[in-house]
Amino acid sequence: MPKTDEQDKKGTGATFPKKMEPVPIVITGNQAVAWGAFLAKTQVISAYPITPQTTIIEALAELMPKADWPYRFMTVESEHSAMASLIGSSMAAARSFTATSSQGLLLMHELLHWASGARLPIVMANVNRAIAAPWCLWSDQQDSLSQRDTGWAQIYCATAQEALDAVILSFRVAEEIHLPFMIVLDAFTLSHTAEAVLIPSPEQVREFLPPYKPPFKLDVNEPRAFGGLPKPEFYEAVRQRLDRDLKKAESAWTSAQASWRDLTGRGLEAVETYCLEKDTEVAIIASGAAGQTAHAAVDRMREASLKAGLVIVRMFRPFPSSRLREVLAGIPKIEVVDRAFSWGHKGIWTESIQSAFYSLKEDERPKIYGYITGMGGVDITVKTFEWIVRHAISRSEPEPETVWAHDIKENTRGKVLAKK
Amino acid sequence: MAKFLPKNKTLEELERPGIYPGHLACAGCGATPATQMIREIFGKNCIFVVPAGCYTIIDGAWPYSSSGVPFLHCAFETAAATASGIKAGLNALGQNDTQVVAIAGDGGTFDIGFQALSAAAERNEDIFYFCYDNEAYMNTGIQRSSATPLYAATTTTPAQTPKLQPKKDMGFVMAGHRVPYFATATLAFHEDLKEKIKKAKEIKGFRMIHYFSSCPTGWKADSRHMVALTRLAVESRVFPLYEIFHGERWVINQNPPQTPVEKYFELQGRYKHLSPEQKAVIQKEADKNWQRLTKLAAGFN
Repeated sequence: MPKTDEQDKKGTGATFPKKMEPVPIVITGNQAVAWGAFLAKTQVISAYPITPQTTIIEALAELMPKADWPYRFMTVESEHSAMASLIGSSMAAARSFTATSSQGLLLMHELLHWASGARLPIVMANVNRAIAAPWCLWSDQQDSLSQRDTGWAQIYCATAQEALDAVILSFRVAEEIHLPFMIVLDAFTLSHTAEAVLIPSPEQVREFLPPYKPPFKLDVNEPRAFGGLPKPEFYEAVRQRLDRDLKKAESAWTSAQASWRDLTGRGLEAVETYCLEKDTEVAIIASGAAGQTAHAAVDRMREASLKAGLVIVRMFRPFPSSRLREVLAGIPKIEVVDRAFSWGHKGIWTESIQSAFYSLKEDERPKIYGYITGMGGVDITVKTFEWIVRHAISRSEPEPETVWAHDIKENTRGKVLAKK
Repeated sequence: MAKFLPKNKTLEELERPGIYPGHLACAGCGATPATQMIREIFGKNCIFVVPAGCYTIIDGAWPYSSSGVPFLHCAFETAAATASGIKAGLNALGQNDTQVVAIAGDGGTFDIGFQALSAAAERNEDIFYFCYDNEAYMNTGIQRSSATPLYAATTTTPAQTPKLQPKKDMGFVMAGHRVPYFATATLAFHEDLKEKIKKAKEIKGFRMIHYFSSCPTGWKADSRHMVALTRLAVESRVFPLYEIFHGERWVINQNPPQTPVEKYFELQGRYKHLSPEQKAVIQKEADKNWQRLTKLAAGFN
């Protein structure tokens, strides 16, 4: 590994590599996010600590003083004020970043709608953590998926490298379509796990991400009012535009990640597939770090002659429906692994996948099986995927209700509680 | 996004620096003359941030705006946080001399926006926070706030069960934050108000004016009595005019001969139900507060 400047005491890797070409350093997912925000030349950061996000802003507190551009690092009193202040800074045309998790994200909810409604390209990292009550520190996707309808694009990362790249890509696409981006990474399995990450050079990022120049801003030389009460017809038209433009995020992301691939050799597609062959009986749909486990599980299952394939979906909003229909064409069974629930209905990914396929003719529609696992940090292992794939293969029709993986007979995990 | 100015005329050409005619304030509203003064004194190089409240409506519905400076509507509880963020953005862009002015009512200041206000004050953000306090949630139809005075009637504390708590003392709260500048002001003492806005413009760091803002609608009073009422509020010592520098130096600005609080109540429907005993309690409160204030103004030596 190439040498970096003297490592700081905390070992956050928050020092700039001496060599300007990309060099790998061993950092956590959270540190990778901080590097992404630093390399994107973020101008205003405003955040509030929450486990397991805190190390992102700690790393930024160490990185930002090395910035050779003017910036402000705001340590506000709540996540609500973090987002409120970024709405202000972004309106003033400063590139703005924050990070949060769980309860903090929920506290921001009102302002998530505000940021997208105001068409501000704020980028936020959310470290997926389960939400209370009861208290839980570990990972699931309930916090971010509960923000489904806030008008934010959502990108789920599977590695620390993806998290770093996603921050830079998100700024580029957000500033192109004038909408905010949430990049999402799993608590602990990604946020606090160190791996080798290639740090792009500032030159590479400069080429990829030009300075933020919005068409409208709070400008004393051209005074305008923003956010004032319109007539219902205008309001409705503005809301329609929000949807139209958020949908543009998918193609914008596709081309941005292609340029990123040209520049760095690493792409970050909205939808990634593995082992989707003619013989594939069941395709697993997974997101986040679980996608990596599913990848290993598919290898094992293929060795055991189970005809499984995998789709890792990185982009949750806008939902890549047509891309999914394309890559999954001809696969008879799809099983969706959910780590969040729309209580009283079904798993949140399951719901989106089902609606994506409903437009197909009935005989072309795959059978869609929904499974819940990994809530509140319940470990998702290679075995978990095997159990649910076997479960789906053994049934010609999906269960009417979402299946909780701990209810599957072969699975002993979580059994004690389920019995009670 | 609304363009303010008719293409052929600028504010300067109209020779009327300030807010435009056509704003939507009630007759007798205290907020607009004060905002007019802020515009005159702060000039073009400032940005207004306004949370939910009367001023959301007063400025004008899209695509109109009567303020003549960049105007950002923000969520109810976020005025101080949003203003801080705008300032941070301006700093990052090198536009350090642009002033950011938050204009919020008592609900957005004393209640729902209090957390963000306290935090921005503690961080000593370089913003000017102007609170037009009309002593209740007037924009939603006169509900009690923590700035509503003792025994006043509102729609949620009607005359038969009036508010039983005294008004939150914002001066003390802000003194506790050691902000560089805090002042109370009101329309009847407009020269005093003007001087305070000028001071607020020159001082760096967190500045706040707590402006006692007349409201004929909410006070159930005639709009022609509004200036008289704000004068009576000061004379009766219900709303004394003072300044606090860095939470330490207290200065009383007006010390007119004392008028009984009863005089102040007479012109307002919101106090119509007061019993002689209740009036006596309020009189005692006002006297006690004044005493406390004079002691603070005498200094700590």
